[in-house]
Amino acid sequence: MNAAPLVALVGNPNAGKSALFNALTGARQKVGNYPGVTVERKAGRLTLDDGRPVELVDLPGAYSLEPSSPDERVTRDVVTGTQDGERLPDALVVVVDAANLDNHLRFTLQLIALGLPVVVALNMVDLAERDGLKLDAAVLSRELGVPVIPTVAVRKRGLDALRAILTQTVVNGPIRLRKSDGSVQDDIVTLQRRARDIATAATLSETPVRRWTHMLDGVALHPIAGPVLLLAIMFLMFQAVFSWAQPFMDLIDGGFTALQAFITSELPDSLLRSLLVDGVIKGVGAVIVFLPQILILFLFILVLEASGYMVRAAFLMDRVMASVGLSGRAFIPLLSSFACAIPGIMATRTIDDEKDRLTTILIAPLMTCSARLPVYTLIIGAFIPNTQVLPFVGLQGLVMLGLYVMGIVGAFVAALVLRRTVTKGVSSGFMMEMPKYQWPQWRDVGIGLWSRAQIFLKRAGGIILVSTVILWVMLSFPKPPEGSRVSPVDYSAAGRIANGIAPVFAPIGFNRDIVLALIPAMAAREVAVAAIGTVYAIDDPDSNQGGKAMVENLRGRWTLPTALAFLMWFVFAPQCISTIAVTRRETNGWKWPAFMVGYLFAAAYIMAGITYWLAVFAGL
Amino acid sequence: MDTRPDRSVSLETLPRKQHGIVAAIDWARLAGPEARRLRELGFDEGVDVEVLHRATLGQGPIACRIGRMTVALRRAVAGAIRVSPTPAAAE
Repeated sequence: MNAAPLVALVGNPNAGKSALFNALTGARQKVGNYPGVTVERKAGRLTLDDGRPVELVDLPGAYSLEPSSPDERVTRDVVTGTQDGERLPDALVVVVDAANLDNHLRFTLQLIALGLPVVVALNMVDLAERDGLKLDAAVLSRELGVPVIPTVAVRKRGLDALRAILTQTVVNGPIRLRKSDGSVQDDIVTLQRRARDIATAATLSETPVRRWTHMLDGVALHPIAGPVLLLAIMFLMFQAVFSWAQPFMDLIDGGFTALQAFITSELPDSLLRSLLVDGVIKGVGAVIVFLPQILILFLFILVLEASGYMVRAAFLMDRVMASVGLSGRAFIPLLSSFACAIPGIMATRTIDDEKDRLTTILIAPLMTCSARLPVYTLIIGAFIPNTQVLPFVGLQGLVMLGLYVMGIVGAFVAALVLRRTVTKGVSSGFMMEMPKYQWPQWRDVGIGLWSRAQIFLKRAGGIILVSTVILWVMLSFPKPPEGSRVSPVDYSAAGRIANGIAPVFAPIGFNRDIVLALIPAMAAREVAVAAIGTVYAIDDPDSNQGGKAMVENLRGRWTLPTALAFLMWFVFAPQCISTIAVTRRETNGWKWPAFMVGYLFAAAYIMAGITYWLAVFAGL
Repeated sequence: MDTRPDRSVSLETLPRKQHGIVAAIDWARLAGPEARRLRELGFDEGVDVEVLHRATLGQGPIACRIGRMTVALRRAVAGAIRVSPTPAAAE
């Protein structure tokens, strides 16, 4: 494994590093983690012209070798050979945005001064030209003293030249056109001035900048049109999650129903059939149905990020976020948390301020993640009548919106309280580069979606399958004696445990079935749906199969106040072990995850109780 | 303040679309990491800047162009940057 030379891709944020990485390595990437820190390590394989493999690693974007976030620290440590779990690279490919030379060259100068072989990829030359900027790569190469290759990563232009230079660099050792003076210049201002001089020298012609971006920003950042557009995009996103996904969900549901019918007709009534039908298919099927919704949500988030709009959203939201002691930067992780809190919490790494970051991590689980969707959809479908309140506005949709809003309000209140108590401190600033708009590369979006789908299916096949099967076993044994009037669920081990815990939840209107669902739902929220499905399948084996039966069962067994309290519980409860685990990793200890679990459970219990009793008194 | 002979204004109050040259930056007014990030984004005396957008009414951040880059800043930070408006300003 050590035989393959290591080449690191380094550069400023927004230089197009990841696109170049994807273009050079294709889908052959391994995403892992650096030991001890939470920074993602993305590595892939590149084949040189002579057929030898090179390990290519994509380092986090940085502005300089003076790190101000954990991500940037990894970048510095790798290029200086002090990072645990990484060799000193044999060469660096420094990626610079051709349209942003003066800024990106400063970091390049710092990197060249380190003395490692360097090849500069002058990336996005097409966009620079479109913006009226003509550059001379030869002048740049002479001034920097290293090879400079113009590239357009997303169109795969310049990749062959880059590969050829890398082959030479790795085979013959560094190509140096001019000797580095060896001194490490740390003074940013001096470096910046030198970078500006080089950029000016390499610029053949220049016309005013970034016409498209400025035109789009004229709308996207407009004091009135901007927020309206943001709201419209958010609305479209949630609308898409619910309506576009439907046909695909019906298809998957149909598939599972057919599979179930097939097994039921082919196998004799036995324990095995019960395990397959009631445990595996009911359980896992109930969850996989939501894959289309989750992918659509991620699709929007990936496109918003790739297009450059996400930073505009952060800009627009900064004022609102500042009112609860956070910055606009926190908006990006929080929006990602609508898909899943785990990538959301990991995205907080870009927040430099420790207290800001911690607060964002602590409130991220309150954003309605996609795992709650199955639960919300099921309960709303069963209990909320599908009446039209206004044209195009149904009561069911309104309740769904209400649950999302509840999570957001909860998060804001929590942030406000946390910033005044446990994460007290001066509010950090908001300073961000706003990248130019780009048409998202569907290939990169596709790679991102594919890895999300894999993670989800692995969860469904792993933790969700295991917990549903365990629940099935505990619900199926011991069996009540022949002729007993006790229901099979009450007689089973799981039923007895649930009956034991039930008094704790009785004051907030939760019945035994809910308690039964809550325990395995600690593994992952969606399991609640699977668990309810399994409970009723075992309790009532004669009911017709299909998803309709579950809704009927719910209507017969739960009161409306109970259902509402259950929904409210899911808004707040920290029910996902993976989130707790990722919080532990990101905060380096058990203190903050323990705090998070405590405050969220307390909030869930109180809010569910309030909801239940209000609904009871309202006579619902 | 505008009566100062150099006629510099703070970036916070520079009119939209008006170009200016950074005259001075009051580094002492900025927190350490903030000052560094500002330098890293290319803010320096003698650099051409322009305010592109101001966020929604009230005290939202501002977006300004520096070099070929657009940078979002909070008003407090922009207030620490003194700018001499360029006479040949685009109206």
